[in-house]
Amino acid sequence: MGHQQILESVNADAIKTDLPRLDIGDTINVHCRIVEGEKERIQIFQGTLISRKGRGINEMITVRRVVDDIGIERTWPINSPFISKFEVMRRADARRAKLYFLRDRVGKSRRLRDRRRGLKHIQAETAGAQ
Amino acid sequence: MTLSSSGAHLIGQKIGMTRVFDEKGVSVPVTVIQVGANVVTQVRSPDVDGYAAVQIGAGDIKPRNSTMPLIGHDAKAGSAPLRHHKEFRVPEKDLGNYELGQELTLGALEGVRFVDVIGTSKGKGFQGTMKRHNFKGQQASHGVERKHRSPGSIGGHATNRGHSGKLKKGKRMSGQMGNERVTVRSLDIVRIDAENNLLLVKGPVPGHNKAWVEIRPAIRLYKSKVQKG
Repeated sequence: MGHQQILESVNADAIKTDLPRLDIGDTINVHCRIVEGEKERIQIFQGTLISRKGRGINEMITVRRVVDDIGIERTWPINSPFISKFEVMRRADARRAKLYFLRDRVGKSRRLRDRRRGLKHIQAETAGAQ
Repeated sequence: MTLSSSGAHLIGQKIGMTRVFDEKGVSVPVTVIQVGANVVTQVRSPDVDGYAAVQIGAGDIKPRNSTMPLIGHDAKAGSAPLRHHKEFRVPEKDLGNYELGQELTLGALEGVRFVDVIGTSKGKGFQGTMKRHNFKGQQASHGVERKHRSPGSIGGHATNRGHSGKLKKGKRMSGQMGNERVTVRSLDIVRIDAENNLLLVKGPVPGHNKAWVEIRPAIRLYKSKVQKG
């Protein structure tokens, strides 16, 4: 076994297999587990997926949302046990891999075009992936 | 057999770094070290050799890349040719624990929580004092010219001179950095995968990937680790 395969095998069982299809530009709900002392609760962070980077266990996602005109970006390892679930709320049309330009956008130009045109395609793709 | 900190070390190969999530879900940076079978290739006794030590061999090698004397030496221990041989001093009373041809595996670290890892650090070449010793260098302006990264004064007669008008040995200056033997002390063992011969320790380990490192149970713990353990 090559060294890269060994590294991948070390945390193969930590990689989530039940992830929905997450594309850049999608509006997603991230269900974060928050542990406060003994208690544990779920907090939902809704925002636009603006970046996915890394691969395997190191894959990170960045989700951006705007609250009261203040942008908030959170970054997690996609395989983190602190995230219990991802939900895709809306698909959007993104033409680049990283949507960092959204940081400079103000007002209505923040919105991304909905991917209605190809929605049939996407559903087919998702069905195919599952 | 369980290794003690004053006995033989295990020899393994650094595979690389990755992360694992612990039972709380926290991401832990780990180095993966592959420790195959380590063979006792020679036992040195005070009667024969004048001191007590064991020689450990590890790593596969093609016979054509080894030498006849070494192949014979390994064959005496009943082993295929081995790539690395290292000798470790052992207290005389523990010498009975080792015998020729004995195999040491990761099982020898059972019950051990912290290990020291010894390796050869990555070579950085000839470096200045800022990179090598974390000196501050000089100011960017205020009249400093062409001396921004220089060490400055190396001291006067009163503080730094040894005898015979020379500087004391060990004065920190520019020079070769890295490519030297480094010991990283009391690393947490995150996981021992005896089936695949893998040892996961928390944090980095000296050397490049594929470098050979020695592993021993921690000799002396840092204070914080003592409290943890």
